[in-house]
Amino acid sequence: MNGAQDLGGMMGFGPVVSEPEDVRFHAEWEKRALALTLAAGALGHWSIDAGRHARETLHPADYLSSSYYEIWTKGLEKLLQGAGLVSAAELKAGRAIDPPVPGQRVLQADRVAAALARGTNYRRPEAAPARFAVGDAVRTRNEHPAGHTRLPRYARGKAGEIERVHGVFVLPDSNAHGRGDSPQWLYTVRFDGRELWGETADPTLTVSIDAWEGYLEPV
Amino acid sequence: MSDHHHHDHDHDHHEGSALPEIALRVKALESILVEKGYVDPAALEVLIETYETKIGPRNGARVVAKAWADAAYRDRLRADASAAIAELGFVGRQGEHMIAVENTPDTHNLVVCTLCSCYPWPVLGLPPVWYKSAPYRSRAVIDPRGVLADFGVTLPAETRIRVWDSTAETRYLVIPMRPADTEGWDEEALADLVTRDSMIGAGLAREPEAVR
Repeated sequence: MNGAQDLGGMMGFGPVVSEPEDVRFHAEWEKRALALTLAAGALGHWSIDAGRHARETLHPADYLSSSYYEIWTKGLEKLLQGAGLVSAAELKAGRAIDPPVPGQRVLQADRVAAALARGTNYRRPEAAPARFAVGDAVRTRNEHPAGHTRLPRYARGKAGEIERVHGVFVLPDSNAHGRGDSPQWLYTVRFDGRELWGETADPTLTVSIDAWEGYLEPV
Repeated sequence: MSDHHHHDHDHDHHEGSALPEIALRVKALESILVEKGYVDPAALEVLIETYETKIGPRNGARVVAKAWADAAYRDRLRADASAAIAELGFVGRQGEHMIAVENTPDTHNLVVCTLCSCYPWPVLGLPPVWYKSAPYRSRAVIDPRGVLADFGVTLPAETRIRVWDSTAETRYLVIPMRPADTEGWDEEALADLVTRDSMIGAGLAREPEAVR
């Protein structure tokens, strides 16, 4: 969706402010927001793609005026409500009102390290040959889906070249909406800076994205 | 995404507290989830401790230092970064599908996630706030030299700039150039030259004088 999350190429946000690398958090609540997001995610009710979609469907004004852990918190509230685990009344009251939904797969403390180390494998078996090979000229589709997609606006309808073939991966456009993995071949596609940003672009610039096969057509 | 906080009508009853609204909102969420038994409070502490003290950019620095010191390892990193990084034990969440991109005298790499905050956690830990912020995500793809200038980095005009937008579950680690005058250094000493920012491409490795 053409939401506020799709920031590439926007202007006016000001300089990037760096900070020392030993800074991990800026407030205690950020730690809690991180941990709650990971622990609630481990319940298994939503995919990483559904999680991203919950954040990008925040109102653009809300998204752009929130820090990232605020965005995570607001997204988590939506996900928990969508899964039927927490109600709006409970969020409003700040305490549990309804009985819990039984049978939850709760992440226990002694299982955290193993769960983090395991991660999630997003690769899927190769059921059909790849349509494109390294060096092929392609053009990204000019599509503006109302749902989740990982093709940024700045890279739509643009000519590029296949730089890498990653294998077959879960398709976020489908998975975010509970419509299954719908695995597709995934490629790195390289664009000349001028193709994306016009003749005044830095002539030394190339930008690469990772794009699923359905985002691409042959040139 | 500033530090400005919206007031939320749902939480008017908290007014008068010293804590910001978002802190109260997170606290409320935690109370509900713990009360309902959906999260184990001890697990929350382990998660925080893990990313505060265990998983951070020192992991990535060890990968880079080994790549600098060990040509065979560098070849394995080029061929299959996930497997090469796993040799050092750095695996798992947000690092399942790793790609290493190497800076050279001709080419500088910069990693961004314009759509959210994708970042290689097992090697770099949690992303810094600027990496997730609108200024970085908006400008890295259109004005990377301007972004680098914000970090005090100026590259020769002819250096090619390669920006990698992390739009899938692949995660990118920049291998910065090894500083001159470090011949014979062991991996531990080399790792001290590798900064987090240099592994994102927003910085360069430290010069040897910086750590002597």
